[in-house]
Amino acid sequence: MNKGSKLAMGIAALSILLVGCGKATSSTSSKGSSEALSGKVTAVGSTALQPLAAKAGANFTAKNSKVNLTVQGGGSGTGLSQVQAGAVSIGDSDIFAEEKDGIKADKLTDHKVAVVGMAPVVNKDAGIKNLKMAQVKKIFTGKITNWKEVGGKDQKIVIINRAQGSGTRATFENAVLKGATAIKSQEQDSNGAVQKIVSTTPGAISYLAFSYFTNKLQAVSIDNVTPTDNNVQTNKWKIWSYEHMYTKGTPDKATAAFLKYMDSKAVQNSLVKDMGYISIHDMKVTKDAKGVVTQN
Amino acid sequence: MNAKRTDFVATVVIDLIVASVVGILFFLLAYILTAGLPHVSWSFLTGATDAFSGAGGIGVQLFNSFYLLVLTMLISVPISLGAGIYLAEYAKDNWRTSLIRSAIEVLSSLPSVVVGLFGFLLFVVKFKIGFSVISGSIALTFFNLPLLTRNIEESLSAVSRSQREAGLSLGLSKWKTELGIILPVALPGIVTGIVLSAGRVFGEAAALIYTAGQSAPVTNFADWNPMDPASPLNPFRPAETLAVHIWKVNTEGLASNAAALSAAASAVLIIAVLLFNLGARLLGNYLYRRVTASK
Amino acid sequence: MEQTNSQLKNQDTQSHEWDTRLHHATKATHEDWIGRGISYFCIGIIILVVASMLWFITSKGIATFTQNHVSLWKFLSGTNWAPDQGQIGALPMILGSFAVTFAAAIVATPFALGTAIFMTEISPNRGRKFLQPVIELLVGIPSVVYGFIGLAVIVPFMRHVVGGSGFGIISATFVLFVMVLPTITSMTVDSLRAVPRFYKEASLALGATRWQTVSRVILRSATSGILTAIIFGMARAFGEALAVQMVIGNAAIMPKNLISPASTLTSQLTTGIGDTIDGTLPNNALWSLALILLLMSLFFNALVRFIAKRGQLKHER
Repeated sequence: MNKGSKLAMGIAALSILLVGCGKATSSTSSKGSSEALSGKVTAVGSTALQPLAAKAGANFTAKNSKVNLTVQGGGSGTGLSQVQAGAVSIGDSDIFAEEKDGIKADKLTDHKVAVVGMAPVVNKDAGIKNLKMAQVKKIFTGKITNWKEVGGKDQKIVIINRAQGSGTRATFENAVLKGATAIKSQEQDSNGAVQKIVSTTPGAISYLAFSYFTNKLQAVSIDNVTPTDNNVQTNKWKIWSYEHMYTKGTPDKATAAFLKYMDSKAVQNSLVKDMGYISIHDMKVTKDAKGVVTQN
Repeated sequence: MNAKRTDFVATVVIDLIVASVVGILFFLLAYILTAGLPHVSWSFLTGATDAFSGAGGIGVQLFNSFYLLVLTMLISVPISLGAGIYLAEYAKDNWRTSLIRSAIEVLSSLPSVVVGLFGFLLFVVKFKIGFSVISGSIALTFFNLPLLTRNIEESLSAVSRSQREAGLSLGLSKWKTELGIILPVALPGIVTGIVLSAGRVFGEAAALIYTAGQSAPVTNFADWNPMDPASPLNPFRPAETLAVHIWKVNTEGLASNAAALSAAASAVLIIAVLLFNLGARLLGNYLYRRVTASK
Repeated sequence: MEQTNSQLKNQDTQSHEWDTRLHHATKATHEDWIGRGISYFCIGIIILVVASMLWFITSKGIATFTQNHVSLWKFLSGTNWAPDQGQIGALPMILGSFAVTFAAAIVATPFALGTAIFMTEISPNRGRKFLQPVIELLVGIPSVVYGFIGLAVIVPFMRHVVGGSGFGIISATFVLFVMVLPTITSMTVDSLRAVPRFYKEASLALGATRWQTVSRVILRSATSGILTAIIFGMARAFGEALAVQMVIGNAAIMPKNLISPASTLTSQLTTGIGDTIDGTLPNNALWSLALILLLMSLFFNALVRFIAKRGQLKHER
């Protein structure tokens, strides 16, 4: 505690200095002054954000070769724990820090860098393309157990849930179950595993980020709304979440520059879209930590 | 006659068992190799990986795997050699030794994920070494120590008493006897042990995810100064190994050909382990012949 | 006079030299001290590592009970695992771990024994040249790859043969069977090779067939070594995470039968640890699972020691 506060003060003092410098150079920092930028940036956490962060990080260090930037996975919980402990400069998370017990959200600064849409996916054999929201809820709470009850084949439903406490699951449960408890079922912790299991297991249902859709599995529309980026931007498609980069206190110069780069058009307009995320700039609505959505 | 028939039946049963084991092994190898080899090319082996989609080559990962292996062995072989000699030579047969042995074996049966998390919280977070080659190789050393120590002790103890007595009667110290006479004789066994543990190190993923990290920054292979951040030899850079890469491509890979990539990487991994085994075996035999002057 | 003096002096220095030689440590003794020092230092490092690991896991693992005040009995006997809601009954995982471990050992042992007998008694030459490298190669296949082959091959196979979704204890058993086979086989080979040659020769000379020799003499005198091998295999199975997680279904529910999804201690640990916050109940609960794993490996080791001791006594008698 004592050490932490000392450290925070040190960082604060340092960052005041750095911000001063940053202002002086930022106006000219296109390519010529990039040599001025150096330091170590470590981003740890969400595996869902990792692809984007890693790719953007590689592009960033290509321009700023003195910055030692590493991006690691480990899960949203790890990211939040470690940034709170001051062990890393950026904590990547799929969920708001407020949603996690044991995280003091007011000590952290939230930088939203992208939006991820998620949708139920089913095995192709089930013969399901559209479901009602209430039906999805009944399936995941175990009240519907056969696909014929919702217009599909006579086949047992195999639920593949995500790991308890994972950001993906929290997002899905907030949007679909709305407080109800999911039935105990298989749990997998990665998109890749879910993708493989759903595409090979007859009757399987799970949910995936849009970027993991393949032609081997069927993404399901809900209430005839298709899971597309456009529908997420207007909140017609309800299951989506922000990808957060959390920092503690004022970030150092290199970290701040990286966060700025993440928010720049270079990343948001090309990289984010190329990699299957949705740009934060395209969102027509805002969601807060309690899940309340407001029009922009 | 009856005993003969039983003998025949037993032999057939054992042959069948061996055939099925060999069958399983070959099925596995064939499965991995046929799925993977068609996708292996020179550019795949040497190319750089696209930051996360996982597409592209595995050159850096391949290098990292070997570097981590060498570093792990550099740390763990001397320690386990010392510990093995202690157990084979100096330790008395009492409860204390028995406790030490148990402690070593507990270490070997710990799940790798626990070792990885321990390494993460201690080296990466507490000592602030960060995700790095050195954190990874220390975590791997934890696995390696018990396996190697046990193996070295067994190899040393297996050397006949007369050799030991011969050394001591020449007036050599216990230590010299051990190093100069016993160790060379035990060398082939020790090398086999090192090979076995190298295979495990090579294939280990769970312990490295949180210690050596999951990113392989592009390194400059022309820069061999270990202190330079861009140098491949720098022990403080994060280093994704081949096994971790396979895990990552399988679990979060975004590339459309993720399955082919992971199959190809697995095939390369198996071949690397195979080559390593063969090489070390040849080396062991060669050393044995050189040191003992026997044919 | 001078001569004798110098002679005396010479004698004196010589005797002094002998004196130092006899009363002080020789070079060999010095070497031995250094050697002893080095080896004590090395064993010290290992003990330090083990001790810090034990302390670390224990202190994290008992926080569930000391800080979150969950009763130990509830933890061990509860069947509802939902740490986010404060429910931490670990029984489903404990049972799952034991089920796959024992099942894998039961399936693997005959295969390992057969292979080991083949390698030592039937065809030692082919065994050493061919089987041993292949078995060692198996150790090098990453568990991740085992997991995905299991998912691609064993799970669909089980679905066709025994029904259900294909995920469950039986699929995990078969994946683990292949994974522990090298461990059990190579250790069994070691213990069979350690049986004194004259046992075998005496038996054969008495006119016993090969099988009689193997089953009544060799296996019997190697029993404790074989049991040790099996227990080591079980310890490996108990600690395996990534491969099992893919095929067992990883559902924290009481295993009803062999073909319904279940979970193990390690699979829950790997799945959950990244999503929990240091110091909160869900995180502590996972460390408590790790503590169980640790205690189990201690138990397996105690068992090995016990068996080894029994074996020794039998030999001495």
